[in-house]
Amino acid sequence: MIEIHSLSKSFGLKPVLRGIDLSVAPGEFVALLGPNGAGKTTLLRIVATLSRPDTGEVKVGGLSLTTHAYAVRQLLGVVSHQLLLYGELTAEENLRFYARMYGLGAAEARISAVLDQVGLARQRRDLVRTFSRGMQQRLAIARATLHQPQVMLFDEPHTGLDQDAATMLDDVLRSVTAAGRTVMMITHDLARGLALSDRVAILRRGKIACEADSSTLTPAAFADQYYGLVHA
Amino acid sequence: MQPSRSLRILTISAFLLVLLSLYMVFVYAPREVVMGAVQRVFYYHVAAGWIGALAFLVTLIVSILYLATNNIILDRIAVSSVEIGVVFTSMNIASGSIWARPIWNTWWTWDPRLTTATVMWLLYIAYLMLRQGLEDPERQRRFAAVYGILAFASVPLTFLAIRIWRTIHPVVIGSNDPGAEGQFDMTMRMRSAFFFSLFTFTVLYTTLLWHRVRLEGLACRVAIMKARLLHDR
Amino acid sequence: MPDPTNSQPPTAGFWRAVSAIAWKDLAAELRNKEIVSALFIFSLLVILIFNFALELDKVARENVAAGVLWVTFVFSATLGLNRTFAAEKDRGSLDGLLLAPIHRSALYFGKLLSTFVFILIVEIIVIPVFSVLYNISLFSPPFLLVVLLGTLGYAMVGTLLAAMAIHTRAREVMLPILLFPVAVPVVMAAVRASAGILAGAEWGRFAGAFNLVVIYDTIMLAIAIMTFDYLIEE
Repeated sequence: MIEIHSLSKSFGLKPVLRGIDLSVAPGEFVALLGPNGAGKTTLLRIVATLSRPDTGEVKVGGLSLTTHAYAVRQLLGVVSHQLLLYGELTAEENLRFYARMYGLGAAEARISAVLDQVGLARQRRDLVRTFSRGMQQRLAIARATLHQPQVMLFDEPHTGLDQDAATMLDDVLRSVTAAGRTVMMITHDLARGLALSDRVAILRRGKIACEADSSTLTPAAFADQYYGLVHA
Repeated sequence: MQPSRSLRILTISAFLLVLLSLYMVFVYAPREVVMGAVQRVFYYHVAAGWIGALAFLVTLIVSILYLATNNIILDRIAVSSVEIGVVFTSMNIASGSIWARPIWNTWWTWDPRLTTATVMWLLYIAYLMLRQGLEDPERQRRFAAVYGILAFASVPLTFLAIRIWRTIHPVVIGSNDPGAEGQFDMTMRMRSAFFFSLFTFTVLYTTLLWHRVRLEGLACRVAIMKARLLHDR
Repeated sequence: MPDPTNSQPPTAGFWRAVSAIAWKDLAAELRNKEIVSALFIFSLLVILIFNFALELDKVARENVAAGVLWVTFVFSATLGLNRTFAAEKDRGSLDGLLLAPIHRSALYFGKLLSTFVFILIVEIIVIPVFSVLYNISLFSPPFLLVVLLGTLGYAMVGTLLAAMAIHTRAREVMLPILLFPVAVPVVMAAVRASAGILAGAEWGRFAGAFNLVVIYDTIMLAIAIMTFDYLIEE
């Protein structure tokens, strides 16, 4: 579903990504980990079509990003730790706005459906700036799933959430990703990343340092491997 | 890294031409009857104005080409041309002011040409400030190219706007428009001096541009080498 | 390089996206009622300051009315323009707009529309107040047309430059530095045409100024459409 070949990106003269090769099969959940500055967010932004690569190719759903950007955007749902929500509008107004931007038919039905799915149906008429961080994050997921994308990209969605909110988010994540969606998630939480994903990949200094099947690793073993790599 | 042979020849030629034009303007050309010595400012004033405009036209062209091709050398030419254009336009404005003082007893006049030159100057200072304020080099080049196009497009419109303004508010400064060449009758010698200084300035512009673009290229190479040293492990 | 077009360019969704963005901007801004009253007070203050600064008799006042008005509009417009992209960038919500499968220039037109309406609201407040305080009737259709077209030209260039200025370090200052020189033609022409209309001059005397406003608007719109893509993509 996502194919990345020899992806490189520099900001000015500073190379951030140095030849990334990564494939994500349809329906697969890949957790991307790595130290700060490894290039994880840059990689995600490129796949999300928010940034352009210097060299290399990225395909989502068989479509090349450079030639079919519009079609690719229709397939993508993105949740970053920067909320793409408008505080001065209500939850449903936010969703209505995005429904129009994505050209969705039967918008009202979809809006109600996603609000139910993330457990915010009762707060639909509240202003988003009154929401707690956890609620905002859930609304962000609702927004991202509105157009029923086949691919979802998450950039550290658990940032700033307390335990309860994080657990609630995990439930939402599981229900959202259960629908056969392909997911790429950046996280700093090793245990969580391992638990939620099918495969883990560690990014270090702009390169993929290691990839492994999540089912083959225990949290302890993974932690060892991670710190071993990162502090090498 | 030595400049190429052609550049060295050009530089020496430019230097000689400047000397020669000084001679032509101050010795060869006759003293103008009405305005006196200050009239000699005219030779450089107009030339500076035209070259300033030329510099910005060059910027327009390379800006459009840069957006189309992403060739970094075009961007180097753009920024170099703007810098040089600002210098020449400053000369234009300053010399216009010097000329105005004894002729009309004022340092400044809001006539179309001088005002347009000033707005043009402000536009290109803004261009340089825009570049300064942007950190990401790629964005800097892109944005500067767009502004270069916008800025140039607004210059003729500004000129027209001021012209329209002035025809309805005829503020009488003096009987003469400082920019008009046909103000005083030019003898053959004056004409030669004028066209020679124009030619000199064109050569000077080209020389400076070449040097500046080359400098920019060298700076880029240094930055790459430095980055390679710092980031490669 | 700009976003290459898809095999199916979404033309149907273009105006829908434009109106969605404009509506969203206006709803989010105007819901905060403080802004409306702040703008109102701001406009009043500007007019008052001019009144005290210029100390004019009736005749002189009529002569400078157009200029004073346009300066007021320009100041308010610049404030409005600053907010247009600033909030989006700060909140990171610009990404949300870029992620949507819409034509990039829909973003430009949406922002242009919301900024334009915003400035119009200020003008709707200022013009009657000005009329009353200066005892000049400003409700002639030709005058209002000039105000509309001049404001549009200013907003068009301003929106384009605001998209640039938000990425700079001193962004509130950067926008006026970039904008004022470029906007000189349209502001001058608009003032000239406004003054002509208010003075009851015949069409021929300020036709040139009016035409220049229209020409400016057209040229700048064309440039904006052609270059906005280069500004918004990373």
